[in-house]
Amino acid sequence: MRNLWNHYRYLILRRVTQIGLLFLYFGANAWGWTLIQGNLSSSIILGIIPMSDPYAALQMLAAGAVLSIDLLIGVGVVTIFYLLFGGRAFCSWVCPINMITDAANGLRKVIGINRVQGIKQPASRKIRYWVLALSLIISAIMGVAAFEFVSPISMVHRGIVFGLGFGWAAMLIIFLFDLFVLKNGWCGHICPLGGFYSLLGKFSLIRVQHYEENCTLCMKCKDVCPEHQVLYMIGKESLPVLSGECTNCARCIEVCDDDALGFSVRNMAKNKKTGE
Amino acid sequence: MKPKKKKQPMSDRRKFILNMARGVGLTAMGGFVWSAYVDEVTASSLVLRPPGALEEKDFLRTCIKCGLCVEACPYDTLVLAKPGDHKPLGTPYFVPREVPCYMCPDIPCVPVCPTGALDESSVTTDGNLDINIADMGLAVIDKDSCIAFWGIQCDACYRACPILGEAITIDYEQNTRTGKHAFMKPVVHSDACTGCGLCERACVTEKPAIFILPRETAMGKAGNYYIKGWDKEDEKRLENAEEIKTTTDLSKQKASDKLNSDMLEDLY
Repeated sequence: MRNLWNHYRYLILRRVTQIGLLFLYFGANAWGWTLIQGNLSSSIILGIIPMSDPYAALQMLAAGAVLSIDLLIGVGVVTIFYLLFGGRAFCSWVCPINMITDAANGLRKVIGINRVQGIKQPASRKIRYWVLALSLIISAIMGVAAFEFVSPISMVHRGIVFGLGFGWAAMLIIFLFDLFVLKNGWCGHICPLGGFYSLLGKFSLIRVQHYEENCTLCMKCKDVCPEHQVLYMIGKESLPVLSGECTNCARCIEVCDDDALGFSVRNMAKNKKTGE
Repeated sequence: MKPKKKKQPMSDRRKFILNMARGVGLTAMGGFVWSAYVDEVTASSLVLRPPGALEEKDFLRTCIKCGLCVEACPYDTLVLAKPGDHKPLGTPYFVPREVPCYMCPDIPCVPVCPTGALDESSVTTDGNLDINIADMGLAVIDKDSCIAFWGIQCDACYRACPILGEAITIDYEQNTRTGKHAFMKPVVHSDACTGCGLCERACVTEKPAIFILPRETAMGKAGNYYIKGWDKEDEKRLENAEEIKTTTDLSKQKASDKLNSDMLEDLY
């Protein structure tokens, strides 16, 4: 039992956070709770602290909208939060799509699609930055926030809080795409919001740290990691994972039986490297 | 027969150029599909917005689709567009026949808007929120299906109107068909109507004979060529009027005497 908890503690915490947040947002609309109102695009905590999606605000800016003070404060709050806790912590701890793509990834392993498709992935993980740039160009040309009209993230989250409509189709598309077309397809290759938070995450404070001296080269961490390119240093060097593409999901930490991985704060990690 | 040329390994430069071309090509392709989609889904003009909403084009670019206005609405009037509603996705709107806007005096849906897509100043007079100046739409009457125009006594819309006697008034006219009765015809006044839709909700006909349309759709525009005669207010527009000269391809040509020209020969 204790072993089970050790192996899934962060996964359980993440699911609790994800579902708990969804529940709080849902309760705000359904029963008038005021703890957190709105949705992932923009919300307000206790009617006081505003939070807004910085990527949505960026698109609005490109589209030529006048950004209000409330919106800018909200963007500031969210940006500072993710600068502290790792940009893509959003992806693995908050975003509802994460549960869908994790499910697709799990099923992939179970029914053996990974073995059929082989290791070679037919698409680059850099696509998300192209999509990010493209979304801003289209926003500028069309005069509306372009990704917000196609985003399955907003569609699903809004759907769960305010009524789904045909939003289930968006969920199914993502699920099937990740299951049959491309491993980690949406979150790891295409999603421009993930791309945006990857760029922000480059500067974030909380990091996964690798301790090479403990590593037995079992490679369980690379196997479980949805962005395995960020773990290039495993078994080679004691380094923090500095790539912004790491989602701080901590799956690598909990599958490691040898204490070769753990969370650390950026500066302390640096000191450890130089031995201070 | 020529000796078969051996395939050379591709040079790095060629590889780089080809990869760039692939990236640009894919981006252009995706970009066009994406733009076309966005253009289609934002094209719906028959959508009624919450009070204080900016003009539709600005509204679409400013609304962040958070649903705080929807949560603030005590009557569940406002809803966010779901996939399948055929409205710009995620934006708030209302359907008056289902739930109209009850015109709360404190307008709870407007101040909560974080982006200013619902503009507080557009529903404020003398520093106080004033729902009576909201412009959500305009009530339009189809007089062929309105039973009051048939001569049946019905004033459901008039009674339902929250700005009773201003937005809708009743015109009395003689019913020449019977010769004995009166028509009591409802008339909507666009300067007072807020487009709340209480009239549409109250209308007794199977499909409402009075309904709300967005102002842009429901109203025409006379333009600057016409002035109301004997109307002091409207005649003021003449004071700053400038001459407008219209030049068309025809007016550039000299007037000619058609009957005495060569054209005549062509006719016979």
